[in-house]
Amino acid sequence: MEGYRDLERRIKFRKVKSAFVLFLSFLTAVYGIFWLFWIIIDVFSKGFQNISIDLILQDPAPPGVEGGGLKHAFVGHLIITSLATLIGIPIGIAAGIFFTEYGRFSKFVDFLRTMTDSLVSLPSIIVGTAVYAIMVKPVGHFFGLSGSVALALLMLPVIAITTAQILKLVPDSLREAAYALGAFKWQVIKDISLAAAKRGILTGVILGIARITGETAPLLFTSFNNNFTTYNIFDPMASLTVTIFVYAMGPYEDWHRKAWAASLILTIGTLIFFIMAKYLLGKKK
Amino acid sequence: MKRRSFLIGVLALFTLPTLSLGKEKVINGAGASFPAPLYWKWAAEYYKETSIKVNYQSIGSGGGVRQIVNRTVDFGASDAPLSPEKTKKHNLAQFPTVIGGVAIAYNLRGVKELKLSTEAICGIFLGKIRYWDDPRIKKHNPNVNLPHRRISVIRRSDGSGTTWIFTNYLSKACPEWKEKVGYGKVVNWPTGIGAKGNEGVANYIRRVRGAIGYVEYAYALQSRLKVAMLENKDGNFVKPSVETFKAAAANAKWSPDKDFYEILTWQSGKDAYPIAGATFILLAKDKDRKEINKQVVKFFDWAYRKGDKIAVELHYVPLPDNVKNLIREYWKENGWY
Amino acid sequence: MDGINKHTYRRRDKIIDKVVFIALASVALFLGLLYPLIIGGSLLKEAWIAIEKFGVIGFIGSAVWDPVREIFGGLPAIVGTLLTTVIASLIAIPVCIGVAIFITELSPKPLKPVFITAVELLGAIPSIIYGMWGFFVVSPVMADYVEPFLQELLLDIPIIGKLVDGIPTGIDLLTSSLVLSIMIIPFMATIVKDAFEMTPQLLKEAGYGMGATKWEVIKDVVIPYAFPGIVGGIILSVGRALGETMAVAFLTGNVHKIPTSLLDQLTTITVSIANEFTEADTDVYLSSLYYLALILFVISFLLLIFSKFFIFKRLEKRWKVTGI
Repeated sequence: MEGYRDLERRIKFRKVKSAFVLFLSFLTAVYGIFWLFWIIIDVFSKGFQNISIDLILQDPAPPGVEGGGLKHAFVGHLIITSLATLIGIPIGIAAGIFFTEYGRFSKFVDFLRTMTDSLVSLPSIIVGTAVYAIMVKPVGHFFGLSGSVALALLMLPVIAITTAQILKLVPDSLREAAYALGAFKWQVIKDISLAAAKRGILTGVILGIARITGETAPLLFTSFNNNFTTYNIFDPMASLTVTIFVYAMGPYEDWHRKAWAASLILTIGTLIFFIMAKYLLGKKK
Repeated sequence: MKRRSFLIGVLALFTLPTLSLGKEKVINGAGASFPAPLYWKWAAEYYKETSIKVNYQSIGSGGGVRQIVNRTVDFGASDAPLSPEKTKKHNLAQFPTVIGGVAIAYNLRGVKELKLSTEAICGIFLGKIRYWDDPRIKKHNPNVNLPHRRISVIRRSDGSGTTWIFTNYLSKACPEWKEKVGYGKVVNWPTGIGAKGNEGVANYIRRVRGAIGYVEYAYALQSRLKVAMLENKDGNFVKPSVETFKAAAANAKWSPDKDFYEILTWQSGKDAYPIAGATFILLAKDKDRKEINKQVVKFFDWAYRKGDKIAVELHYVPLPDNVKNLIREYWKENGWY
Repeated sequence: MDGINKHTYRRRDKIIDKVVFIALASVALFLGLLYPLIIGGSLLKEAWIAIEKFGVIGFIGSAVWDPVREIFGGLPAIVGTLLTTVIASLIAIPVCIGVAIFITELSPKPLKPVFITAVELLGAIPSIIYGMWGFFVVSPVMADYVEPFLQELLLDIPIIGKLVDGIPTGIDLLTSSLVLSIMIIPFMATIVKDAFEMTPQLLKEAGYGMGATKWEVIKDVVIPYAFPGIVGGIILSVGRALGETMAVAFLTGNVHKIPTSLLDQLTTITVSIANEFTEADTDVYLSSLYYLALILFVISFLLLIFSKFFIFKRLEKRWKVTGI
């Protein structure tokens, strides 16, 4: 009788303890989600208050003067990231194909793949400083294209690794069937592997773009900044992120308001890429 | 086939504008943040009149000198004049554009007017005066209700001509500062939070209560900071203004022979503001840069002729006409004018 | 006729085969080997002036950062980087485990994808926005309420009091670390949650079958099973925090001094580079910044290589991980 009561007490204690710990985890989750909602709400409310069509269509006014827009930054951002994407996609996909299609059983290729995987988390400012040394210094001035190269270098590993992983999911039986028909390796890659993994690779590309659209640090020493709208990739070029950095650091209310509006647009932009990737992933399953 | 032509179309869309419009001329300059608001406004007006873009980036005087020494920009800008030896060494030309002043700005609720003696400034920036109600501050502000709040010094973290002017003033005004810290574009600060650019300092002063810092006067005005009256060499308290800056520049002896090297801090004169300074443009004298230098000089000649009104609006002091003509002679000698 | 045609086709195809192989292989070689070498090499080359002048110990061990006399020591920036990262991780780790438990074990089924998407989306917000928001929104709250409150609470306690000594400005070690932790929470939580979800349902049910409570199942089944994944997630997030620039660029106060209090200003490797790179006016100065970049490169690369080779290799064996 004594033992039974003791057991009952112990079970009760264990249950209370479990509930308590789960409550703690609930609290930490609330803490985490609290911050995250706070930032989202701020970005959206402060962004929407200050957004206007002029923001996209007007050139900037001199500082301290109200009005004007951020056309130079939007144009620059679009050019820099588009060029980066154009450089990054083919190289990234090619490397990804090699990792999976050619090197699955090679220790050396596995090493290359692991190195590439580590490059995914390379601090972006380091890429910026390195590109400054490699491109900006020899050329003699900051220019837009060097920013694109820095961003492309950042997105390469992301695309390569996702491509490699997606290709791994293509069943080997498909490849074997093609080989049995006398196909060459490049034909197998082109008509079997890539065809089967199209959607997955696209997801990787979009994740890569999402990664670079929000980058600031690699652009600080490469494409730098420009107060005017320019289409010349050999001139210094403004970007949304660097402009937000400069405007938020500046002392003018008007700059702060524009920085919030630009942040909102940038956030929505990256979120759209992200949701696209999510959607593609979900559809695949 | 359809898809391929679509891809080519997309490619063309991205690359064409970069190729076709690649010929547009832009003058790139970088450097001091001190005159940046003025250069930006000049550039905007100049663009309206001539369709020539002058892209000036405010990265600090240290950066301006470095970029022009490395020839990565068309012109550099610095508030700290380079000595004739230095300009010779790097084959540079140097000339002033306007005169301005460094304001001591502070963030204290309810304190509208503040007089700071030289003793108080020295103590604050040496980290010795730590509270706003320190007797050394109170002494000259008997009617001001100063709170018992810690003083947060805000200063520059980057290589800055504003710092150069300010520390040059401190070195002349306080013997202890000269001995312990000295002056330069960057110094070893005894205390304070570092901020990037005049913009950053102004921004931090706005943010941090109990803050004090030094910014170029236009920044203080544009960001609506409160500025202190300072004790000058003659012992008078003066406000930063176009008149007091002008008074500080009254004794200046501009000379092309020393590339217009001139320091305007701690000048005597009843109304002279103690922390005034000219801001300078640096050009590379290399032969292959003659064409671009002509373009740059054209812009500044335009600014000398038509930019004085804008300068005064932003509380900079335009150069006197005789100095402007000296500079034009100097350009002519180099074959740019 | 047909035979010859087939033959030439096969020859052509063979050549294409070789060309494709060589092209892909060289690209892979570039990415996996040349790329890190070029980055590391160019940093080393640019840092060489400073390496020669100060040596390794002389740079890493020195706390003097004096651009006037051209003497540079990396210790404050390195310590600042490590301190913000460690404090941010200390805040983020329990939160992430809590969030992961909440999402996998507690949240009602229909809400689960909502939470997951919310956390993932927040991970996609650019870090510059975290930084700006931290400066305009979090920092004033810290300066006006949190930090004075902490001082009132702790200042009189002998040793802990020193930690909150100073002027509450909201531009300091505490705020920097806090904003950094908020930024890495979504990233870390996603990985930890994925690790939790890898636990086979069978194992968990066996636990419940033996009469274990929910917490006991989490503690004794899920966490041990997911442990390598949790550690991996933490390491990846730490790597991210180490190299983060923009989230803290406004909040450190840019002071090359080793902070002794949570309210002290500091600098990190990334912030020093971002703020001083274009302004450095002497070769030694710029070279010293490259030296800092090189040190960050080495630290973060070693950390990642370590996590890849030791933890994820083991994981892959255990889970046969294929997804992202």
